[in-house]
Amino acid sequence: MATTKGQSRRRKTSSSDDGPVAASATTRSRRNAKSPSPAPSRNGSEAGALDSDAILDLFRKMTTIRFFEDAAQRGFRQGKIGGYLHLYSGQEAVATGFLSYYQEGDKIITAYRDHAHALLLGSHPNEVMAELYGKGTGLVKGKGGSMHLFDVENGLWGGYGIVGGHIPLGVGMAYALRYQGTDGIVQLSLGDGAIHNGAFHEAANLAGLWGREGMNPTLFILENNNYGMGTSVERATAMTDLSAKFDSYGIEHEDVDGMDLFAVLDVAERATQRVRETGAPYAIEAITYRIAPHGAADFLERYRTKEEIAEWRQRDPIGLAEARLLEAGVAEATLDEIKREAKAVVDEAVKFAEESPEPEIAELYTDVYAGDGVTG
Amino acid sequence: MPVMTYREALRSAMADEMERDDSVVVLGEDIGVYGGTHLVTDTLLDRFGPKRVIDTPIAEGGFTGAAIGMAMMGMRPIVEMMTWNFSFQAVDQILQNAAKVRYFSGGQAGVPLVIRGPNGGGVQLSAQHTHSLEGFYGHFPGLKVVSPVTPHDAKGMMLTAIRDPDPVIFLEAGALYGTKGEVPEGEFTVPFGKARVAREGTDVTLVGYGRQVNMLLRAADRLAEEEEPIAAEVIDLRSIRPFDTETLIASVRKTHRAVVVQEQWRWYSVASEVAAIIQEQAFDDLDAPVERVSGAEAPAPYARNLEIAAFPSEQDVIDAVHRALYR
Ligand SMILES: Cc1ncc(C[n+]2csc(CCOP(=O)(O)OP(=O)(O)O)c2C)c(N)n1
Ligand SMILES: [Mg+2]
Repeated sequence: MATTKGQSRRRKTSSSDDGPVAASATTRSRRNAKSPSPAPSRNGSEAGALDSDAILDLFRKMTTIRFFEDAAQRGFRQGKIGGYLHLYSGQEAVATGFLSYYQEGDKIITAYRDHAHALLLGSHPNEVMAELYGKGTGLVKGKGGSMHLFDVENGLWGGYGIVGGHIPLGVGMAYALRYQGTDGIVQLSLGDGAIHNGAFHEAANLAGLWGREGMNPTLFILENNNYGMGTSVERATAMTDLSAKFDSYGIEHEDVDGMDLFAVLDVAERATQRVRETGAPYAIEAITYRIAPHGAADFLERYRTKEEIAEWRQRDPIGLAEARLLEAGVAEATLDEIKREAKAVVDEAVKFAEESPEPEIAELYTDVYAGDGVTG
Repeated sequence: MPVMTYREALRSAMADEMERDDSVVVLGEDIGVYGGTHLVTDTLLDRFGPKRVIDTPIAEGGFTGAAIGMAMMGMRPIVEMMTWNFSFQAVDQILQNAAKVRYFSGGQAGVPLVIRGPNGGGVQLSAQHTHSLEGFYGHFPGLKVVSPVTPHDAKGMMLTAIRDPDPVIFLEAGALYGTKGEVPEGEFTVPFGKARVAREGTDVTLVGYGRQVNMLLRAADRLAEEEEPIAAEVIDLRSIRPFDTETLIASVRKTHRAVVVQEQWRWYSVASEVAAIIQEQAFDDLDAPVERVSGAEAPAPYARNLEIAAFPSEQDVIDAVHRALYR
């Protein structure tokens, strides 16, 4: 997997070459399936499909993401990871659910809390971790770090650090997909803080407008984790029903419990299909919670109480999924085995990252422009 | 003299001025309840309350524009940019309104506004979060631009900034919030448009501002220890606009050589302007071309080794000095 400067470093996309997180059943089978089997009904109480390999695989993915984030936090504390590091812990069910309905040709765009997106789309955990470690073998050659993960072949178009800044890009990408005659869609994730940024409002208006002509297959995924850094939703807006803001732009929407993987899967299936078919935007507000601090360096958390965090931990998406699987008769040993395997994947990623070489200094000047670039 | 951190110096300037003048308010993201991302505004909410310490949503264009409106009404707002990188979202307000209202209103309206926050790189924040914007903002008539490096100047220049009748771009050395220095007790100000001679010398003039000044002082130490010692004079510009031509030219007349150092990109930058001023006003005094040492012409990289390579180092400065002295 290690690559050297100058060589094309991209992987093939054949499934056998997928990273261990994405490798499998679910993503694959769903790509072409009209009606993926594993998603249970909306109230989620039917256990019929719960013991399917696909659901176990989603459990594996969420577990891997959590272990990955824990390892990243450790790397940060040890000074091996620098810059800003934003963890997805607590929000796993959202990206896991939505990206289950990723189809080849779709485009995924998000902000800086992007590790899970890369892992779910099939970026190799080794390369993602190596990026966080600033190594030449990293997903973007050590140039972008945690906030700027890109894996274009697997559908990930970033990874952006300026709040709100990526939202117009997603809308433009969706226009391009229809303009180019594909049936791809854009899954555009944004936070509850980003929705108050001017870029959101300008872009959402465009999406609504262009969507009337079937020219904007954007699925807005508003991840309401209750806070933009230390500012709660109530302290950021007088109109706290965030998804209703989409009404202003003629974009229909619904809410989902973002801690419940099965609820997310259900809504994701319908929403992706709808956007694909109509070419019009649609929005989902997923109510979720980040149990990690905003950034790995933010140890002071005066803006929320320990009790509040503890309360949300009761609804940890991985814990909830685990309980549902046990309830459905999956053996505890099976889940333990999955956790062990997930842990091994992450351990291997850390080892790979630690042992990888730094980027060559010459890389400082590559990729500024196409080709050999411009002097100056 | 009391010793304070750079962060405390800024806070004490704001608090003193808020005590003195109730038209002064502070606004920005997470400055109140959260305590400030870099803790510069910590405790101000408790002291002055939510009408004067205003937490905003993530809407730089909106709240910067609103602060300009407050300033036009005679308030004296201080806007915190969580980091200057986010000011690009407010750039229309800053450049199109703050910088020009006085002029295009024929002097009827003014904008006594301070926009402050950490500027510059060095902590692996990569491309979107690493900028040195002195040259960028310094380009616009109507804005004042300052970049202090010592706690002393941070406090003294902040007081000057708040009292200034025009918009001030206050670029803080983000990497230095925790560094300590002596700060006089009570009221004192450091004027704009006055550079500081941070070290005297006779052989070469090193010119910089912000956190580069500390690096220049270290380089000067090393130059003094060379086999044939070189006595470098270090000039801390502090004020990018207005600019202290006098101190700069007096130094170059003495040393006959100049090396200008900056973290920002070289093309169309502060160092370019400084070099031009030197050749215009001290051409006959120069014994060598003016050297510029700048950041690498690329967006800032993440990887530690690349970031180190991207910014001017002590060695880069020493090499430039040797070139200027033909050694
Ligand atoms: C324009 C801009 N302003 C400020 C910041 C600093 N910042 C980074 S993340 C963040 C909070 C964003 O909150 P939200 O959109 O809810 O996303 P979350 O972090 O909760 O995933 C802020 C203020 C930034 N990156 N960009
Ligand atoms: Mg949020």
